[in-house]
Amino acid sequence: MSEPRFEPRIVAFFCTWCTYTAADLAGISRMQYAPNVRAIRLMCSGRVDPQFVLAAFRDGADGVLIGGCHPGDCHYQQGNYNALRRFELLRLMLSDFGIEEGRLRLEWISAAEGDKVQRVCNEMTEQVRALGPLRLVRGPRRRPRGTSGQAEAERGPGAVEEAELAPVLEMGGREAR
Amino acid sequence: MTKPKVAFYWCASCGGCEEAVVDLAEDVLAVVDVVEIAFWPVALDFKVSDVEALADGELAASFINGAIRTSEQREMAELLRRKSAVVVAFGACAWLGGIPGLANLSSRESILELVYRGSPSTPDGDGVRPREETDVPEGRLRLPHFEETVHTLDQVVDVDYYLPGCPPPVELIRSAVTALVEGQLPEKGSVLAPDVALCAECPRVKTKPADLRVTEFRRPHEMIAEPETCLLAQGLVCLGPATRSGCGAPCIAANMPCTGCMGPTSRVVDYGAKALSAIASLVAAEEEDAVGEVLRRLVDPVGTFYRYSLPASLLHRRVERETAASRGGAEG
Repeated sequence: MSEPRFEPRIVAFFCTWCTYTAADLAGISRMQYAPNVRAIRLMCSGRVDPQFVLAAFRDGADGVLIGGCHPGDCHYQQGNYNALRRFELLRLMLSDFGIEEGRLRLEWISAAEGDKVQRVCNEMTEQVRALGPLRLVRGPRRRPRGTSGQAEAERGPGAVEEAELAPVLEMGGREAR
Repeated sequence: MTKPKVAFYWCASCGGCEEAVVDLAEDVLAVVDVVEIAFWPVALDFKVSDVEALADGELAASFINGAIRTSEQREMAELLRRKSAVVVAFGACAWLGGIPGLANLSSRESILELVYRGSPSTPDGDGVRPREETDVPEGRLRLPHFEETVHTLDQVVDVDYYLPGCPPPVELIRSAVTALVEGQLPEKGSVLAPDVALCAECPRVKTKPADLRVTEFRRPHEMIAEPETCLLAQGLVCLGPATRSGCGAPCIAANMPCTGCMGPTSRVVDYGAKALSAIASLVAAEEEDAVGEVLRRLVDPVGTFYRYSLPASLLHRRVERETAASRGGAEG
């Protein structure tokens, strides 16, 4: 019996004005693409806090895709440029964490480019499938308040744990500048 | 009236936090006036059995500095937790993992291999490594177990308060002790420091441009920074925008950029990600290649942005390829 094919989980942060609209267009146009991508709609790719990307990886994503408007087309003028700057630095840093380059991708996809959503999602799914599961060694969680100080067992490599959603998305995410 | 008992303990850290207590100078006498030091191995002769002999919760507070890397540190943290009404994570290492936490970029095995065999200062020998148990005529000797990763204190025991800094500023220590003695401690889980970014108290903030743009990052040894202008505006990676204030900005006063030892404000989950975000957004370039070129000048991004907080980060440690690559293992 052959092993079941690895199905990567890819979290996609799409800006509402361009890439998310393009994903809608792909759907309306009956374009088929890999179901491995879970899209999260944000107002702007500039809203993609690097914390969101890390939280996705921490909570089980094998890849993260960021989609925004083409340069010059941002609804908020500058958001996609900031997305690019953070992406470039995050990508450099993730390699030091041992996370392969192909697991994080940034694409400019306009509202008219449903076919590009299809192509990018398919490509990335195959690329991450080839890389295999991310298998982070999860850090122990901050214990809930009021629990006893009993030793927490060392996590084995790749230990599967109940996912506890970090309160990242609840945070104001206020940029301290 | 009996004075409240307090304990100080030192886990994986450099000893600077102990020094910070000594830096209270003559004020330490005022502290001793109001509290009784029941355990402080670095300064006074106490044994673990002295702590074990205390009733559970008898210590008013334990100030524990350092991250947790060995079984000994874990056991002491658990013992002090049991004996203490309040546990304070003292300093960056206890709160966020600190400098020792950067060891989470290496595997346990590679650390032991380097230290006991590979290091240039290790003589060629038989590659002997310390064993956890050794039998000698006098009995069995034991060494603590060196754990797989570095943990923060609150990943091991319940922590009530956090004193940030590397080491915590004397002013913050003093006000924490005062609050403890007077029963004026804030809500459990609080970081005992102001909750705004360092820029808010930086003496150079007036020279920080409203729309700050960096065309080239530079490192402190490559330039002599102008002593009154915002260091970010001079291209130095100053983490003041992402770092909690309360330190009095001594590094800035010494013309050195903030490296982030005071950790994040309460609105931030992952310090390094937020610091990275703040710095990356300053890049003036807009083209992909140009942006990459500017950012590649930032040597060692993990060490820059997670210098004090890697174990507390969302990713916690580097992915170990040799284990991660062993797909189709025990669980699918």
